[in-house]
Amino acid sequence: MHRFAKPSVFLKLASAIMPWAIGITVVTLAVGLYLALVASPADYQQGDTVRIMYIHVPAAWMGLFCYVGMAICGAMSLIWKHPLADIAARATAPIGATFTALCLITGSLWGEPMWGTWWVWDARLTSMLILLFLYLGYMALVNAFDDSERGSKAGSALALVGVINVPIVKFSVDWWNTLHQPASVARMGGPSIDPSMLWPLFLIAIGFTGYYVIVLIVRVRLELNERRIRALQLGGVGQSVADQHHLAVPAKQAGAGE
Amino acid sequence: MVCVAWMIVFTGSDLTCRRGERLVFTDLAFDARPGDALMLRGRNGAGKSSLLRLMAGLSEPLAGTICWENENIREDMPAHRARMQYLGHQDAVKPVLTVRDNLRLWASLRDVDNVDAAIDQALDALGILHLANSSGRFLSSGQKRRTALARILLGESELWLLDEPTVGLDRESCADLARLVDDFRAKGGIVVYSTHVDLEIAAPRILNLDEFAIPMFDWLRDEIGEDADAQHPDASTTPASTTRDGTSPSRRKKIHSPSTDFEGIA
Amino acid sequence: MKILIAILARDLRLALRQGADSIMVVAFFIVTTTLFPFGVGPEANILARIASGVIWVSALLAAMLSLERVFQTDFEDGTLELLAISPVPLELVVLGKVLAHWLTTGLPLIIAAPLMAVMLNMNSAGFGTLMLAMLVGTPALSLIGAIGAALILGARRGGVLVSLLVLPLYIPVLIFGAGAVEASLLGLPAGEHLQIMGAILLLTLALAPLAAARALRLAVE
Repeated sequence: MHRFAKPSVFLKLASAIMPWAIGITVVTLAVGLYLALVASPADYQQGDTVRIMYIHVPAAWMGLFCYVGMAICGAMSLIWKHPLADIAARATAPIGATFTALCLITGSLWGEPMWGTWWVWDARLTSMLILLFLYLGYMALVNAFDDSERGSKAGSALALVGVINVPIVKFSVDWWNTLHQPASVARMGGPSIDPSMLWPLFLIAIGFTGYYVIVLIVRVRLELNERRIRALQLGGVGQSVADQHHLAVPAKQAGAGE
Repeated sequence: MVCVAWMIVFTGSDLTCRRGERLVFTDLAFDARPGDALMLRGRNGAGKSSLLRLMAGLSEPLAGTICWENENIREDMPAHRARMQYLGHQDAVKPVLTVRDNLRLWASLRDVDNVDAAIDQALDALGILHLANSSGRFLSSGQKRRTALARILLGESELWLLDEPTVGLDRESCADLARLVDDFRAKGGIVVYSTHVDLEIAAPRILNLDEFAIPMFDWLRDEIGEDADAQHPDASTTPASTTRDGTSPSRRKKIHSPSTDFEGIA
Repeated sequence: MKILIAILARDLRLALRQGADSIMVVAFFIVTTTLFPFGVGPEANILARIASGVIWVSALLAAMLSLERVFQTDFEDGTLELLAISPVPLELVVLGKVLAHWLTTGLPLIIAAPLMAVMLNMNSAGFGTLMLAMLVGTPALSLIGAIGAALILGARRGGVLVSLLVLPLYIPVLIFGAGAVEASLLGLPAGEHLQIMGAILLLTLALAPLAAARALRLAVE
């Protein structure tokens, strides 16, 4: 970091948001999971298997949401060159990839009792799989450069290309699916959701979003600290200076703890 | 008449350059009139190449502007690119193409009328006309460098940015280069160059980049001072924080003893 | 236009002098396609059923194989830097280079495709559509690939990386390319598929040079 883009504003904001994010996440996930797993009725066709959907669907939303978020951060970093946007995009990718993977795993778990197989080339699942590939490509790209900033910028450009491509992929996979597989199999989600099932879905989605915010803040903080360490090393700080800094740290922490 | 022709056309002000996560130089300024030669000096890593790349528009300064006739070069990059010739560290000579074919592309990108004649003339000026039809792979490194130098003679230009042009050149070629630079300056061209050997160019103006380096402790405090700011709202009385108030502190403020800085952080 | 021709002429000349590149791409395509009968068995009707998909997937992989080189050598020897600060728009340079890439890899693939279709026992009714679909599809592959090739400049393990970036983006072309051939094999009109492929080509033609040029500027910055 340099004196023209101080992350201190972000750090202050993050510290203010953090307790709220944790609180909302814990409460919504607890209530949502209770409603989903205990209070809501079992489906007349699917039985208790339907409860997997309460994780699966919000995870799918989050997978898409994170990708769009990543692309927005990417655009911000390319247009306004804000270093925090780079870091945020980078930090979002693994979270989004995890939600996408969670969506695929729960989909597969749901598919076993419903379809009798762990994997079906269902249009939605296939699209999510491709989304996971896009995440993996992004993560591989940003980590493939010796200069991490160069990696972030390349990643931002890729995220923008990807976000244009996502609807095209979605459309073509839907087309491909209807062509090769008549829509006879039971689908997850779909328009036939009972309103009583929507509440836990939304609560869990909010909980997931809160979780995303928490992890994002932690990861961005981590990256900022790593950059500082790298900058110190790059500055050719001698041993004596490092010692002084070492001595300075406890005093600083004491001051911060008060 | 003379006044108009020799007014300052190429200027940079308040330039700050960042490479990776490190600030290379700050508050750098330069100006050049037609016919000027600006020689960049400085230790390794002082930012000579970085400054030339900023001038070429390859990268953007973190802060500050570079202007041509009072217009920011960012406003009209195509015009700036058309008036400028840049010689980087690499020669960009393709081993499978002949010297002539190598140069042909650059000539055609610059709207040169008679491409072959222009190439011949450029090669002749650098004394490698006899190599025109040899392939790049048979050239020595000095001959490749001369081919790269021939490139900057193709087409009209007003500004030469030469990054270590003498690397790989023998004494004789250096003299050739000095002569070409003088000719270019006589026609009103501006040359900015960096070199480790003394290129015998008449009366170059010297820009020493070491003067604009970020003093280490000042810069270091910027790095780790964020926490000091964020976590010590009452720390504004310490020396470190007072210098941070201004967005562009004057050069004088940058001189600190290490102990003062670290007391400020602690 | 003059500039486009200049870039194209130079890249074609380079490809010609360096040789072997387009021959290798075609050889890769043929060898990959030949692997499938070993994998799934030589029964004629099974091969005929999967022929269009196999040919498209092999073509995709072959086109991708040569992507890394589109900008890599220019990046390494400093040519790219000079192109980025030459007075001509970088987008035009990208377009010229992509065109050269397509002429040296896409076009030979289109010519080799019917040969492989014969070997995979595909019904000759699909040959025309196959070539037409590849004629529309392979330029889109080159254009999309150029973005990937530009993004990986300066990265470690660029070759593997470019496939990870580009292959997911190739999926729509694969779906409609293979779909067009399937349709005409079933005696259905393939026009709809080809129209969508045309739309994809136009979209990539408009956006890919912009994105690739942007990525190249990042690479030389």
